[in-house]
Amino acid sequence: MSEANKRRPYTPPTPELGPGQTSYTTITEKISSVVLTPHTPWQWFLVVLIGLTGVGILQVSIAWLVYEGVGVWGLNVPVGWGFAIINFVWWIGIGHAGTLISAILLLFRQKWRTSINRSAEAMTIFAVLCAGMFPMLHTGRPWLAIYWLFPYPNSMDIWPQFRSPLIWDVFAVGTYLTVSLVFWGLGLIPDFATFRDRAKHRATKVIFAMLSMGWRGSAIHWERYEMTSLMLAGLSTPLVLSVHSVVSFDFAISIIPGWHTTIFPPYFVAGAIYAGFAMVLTLMIPLRRLYGLQDFITTRHLDNMGKVMLTAGLIVAYGYFMEQFMAWYSASQYESFMMQNRMFGPYGNYYWALIICNIIVPQLLWSRRVRHSTGWLFFVSMFINVGMWLERFIIVVVSLTRDYMPSSWDMYSPTIWDWGLYIGTIGFFLFAFFLFVRGWPLIAIHEIRSVLPRGGKH
Amino acid sequence: MNESHSEPAYGLMAEFEEPEDLLSAARRTFSEGYRKIDAFSPLPIHGLAAAIGFPQTNIGVLTFIYGVIGGLTGYFLQYWVHVIDYPINIGGRPHHTGPMFIPVTFEMTILFAAVGTVISLLALNRLPQPYHPVFNAPGFERASQDRFFLCIEADDPQYDASGTRSFLQSLDPVNVAEVEP
Repeated sequence: MSEANKRRPYTPPTPELGPGQTSYTTITEKISSVVLTPHTPWQWFLVVLIGLTGVGILQVSIAWLVYEGVGVWGLNVPVGWGFAIINFVWWIGIGHAGTLISAILLLFRQKWRTSINRSAEAMTIFAVLCAGMFPMLHTGRPWLAIYWLFPYPNSMDIWPQFRSPLIWDVFAVGTYLTVSLVFWGLGLIPDFATFRDRAKHRATKVIFAMLSMGWRGSAIHWERYEMTSLMLAGLSTPLVLSVHSVVSFDFAISIIPGWHTTIFPPYFVAGAIYAGFAMVLTLMIPLRRLYGLQDFITTRHLDNMGKVMLTAGLIVAYGYFMEQFMAWYSASQYESFMMQNRMFGPYGNYYWALIICNIIVPQLLWSRRVRHSTGWLFFVSMFINVGMWLERFIIVVVSLTRDYMPSSWDMYSPTIWDWGLYIGTIGFFLFAFFLFVRGWPLIAIHEIRSVLPRGGKH
Repeated sequence: MNESHSEPAYGLMAEFEEPEDLLSAARRTFSEGYRKIDAFSPLPIHGLAAAIGFPQTNIGVLTFIYGVIGGLTGYFLQYWVHVIDYPINIGGRPHHTGPMFIPVTFEMTILFAAVGTVISLLALNRLPQPYHPVFNAPGFERASQDRFFLCIEADDPQYDASGTRSFLQSLDPVNVAEVEP
């Protein structure tokens, strides 16, 4: 013990909060001032307007789809799965970072998570809502689709097929959304109580009083509350790993070349965390600046998120490498054709764009200067957002357009309605997220209070 | 104020500035023999519930029970559907396909455990509870922000309006006030 101490002088650990936050009072005031104020920054209106435009596009796309049928999409006979599943997987993946931050980092006692967990969980919920639209809508008649999604005693006396990964999806995503909502709502209760007690207007007070359920911060309540949070974290950790594993089974259980591989579950989970952290950074960097949250989301947080992203990215790169290796090592002509087709076939450019976005550009994150610079981090995370979408496009489309039978090959090109639905969900996501930011506590106030450095007073 | 004379007070509330002050005050109060006490804070304080004599929560046991119920529900739902209610012969494959039932069983385990635990938490904490006398304590709105409170309830056998008040004063609080019922 003394050996190590001699070599390296003691340096106090970097605090979780910036120098501006010195007491419970400043923390409470700063975070509630984002919501409990009549003043709304104009940038907020701008983003909400963009989001609402997207919601409009979404509504038109859904209306036309429901009126005309799935024929308005670019699907054809070999490519029966198009944008709907690509976007479903992309959105679900984005959601995973929220659960990673709120559950897995809680179990690992990573205190820096407290600054970002609330907004990352909100991101999870809105991302899963966006994801959930696609499986519903891809049936074309979503109101009739319930009987094969959910096991309920229906008038036809039939049941869903529980041996199908698509039904596993329903249970995995349904559980994921429910548990994420419950975890998020649980964390919000004490913060709603803070807002209730700080609100000036009667109506605001009443609304937050109802949302807080009469929380009064009793020690006994806190004791149970802390244990419940721990239990939920312990439950969410295997849950989040299971969700993307189950999503990957949609592919891996089939026999299509490029899909039928055992590396898919871990590779999908790593990709999900990768995409999710990129989206967290995409949202946090502008928000931090807009609301002056530099004391809460410090350079240390950005640095840590950069490191997590780099690690997840390397696992994803390993996944790509393993796909290449297995295509050769399996000695299966269909597998090796699939890989050749991915790289040099008609969609080859997309593959190289994917490699640039997901493997080459993120190597910038090795540099401390990049991880400490909001501009660079935003730049890298945008590449990853695009890259992870391309990854799903390649997995779905390239394998389907050219499978075993050359006579059934066909190209796939999305129509304006495919794009409309996709862009529409991005709009919905932005709209919902910014509504959350304006109306609800975007940082977990009671958790931040616990990481306040206590200056020697005991 | 006149009304509070007709009805007995809910208790006495002492206000503290720091979590450590509340913790030591709670320990003193408990060792003094008071049992109907509660402490209020804007953040969880490790050891505070134990200091006011609350045994460790066993909500984890409930989580386990809900998980087991969820898992069994998930598995037997599938068993019932595929073996009992609507067996389909697909190429002679068995009806009871254990491994294929695992994902849904797992998800149902998590779902029941998580939702059950949170419902139990609310039920044990008696929430939602729109009204509680402690909110009448002056300055109690800071209990959710930056102040720490200790309440000795009037139905404690040792409670005595003036004696308890002077005891609370001896704990060096910022303020001691009577809580209207």
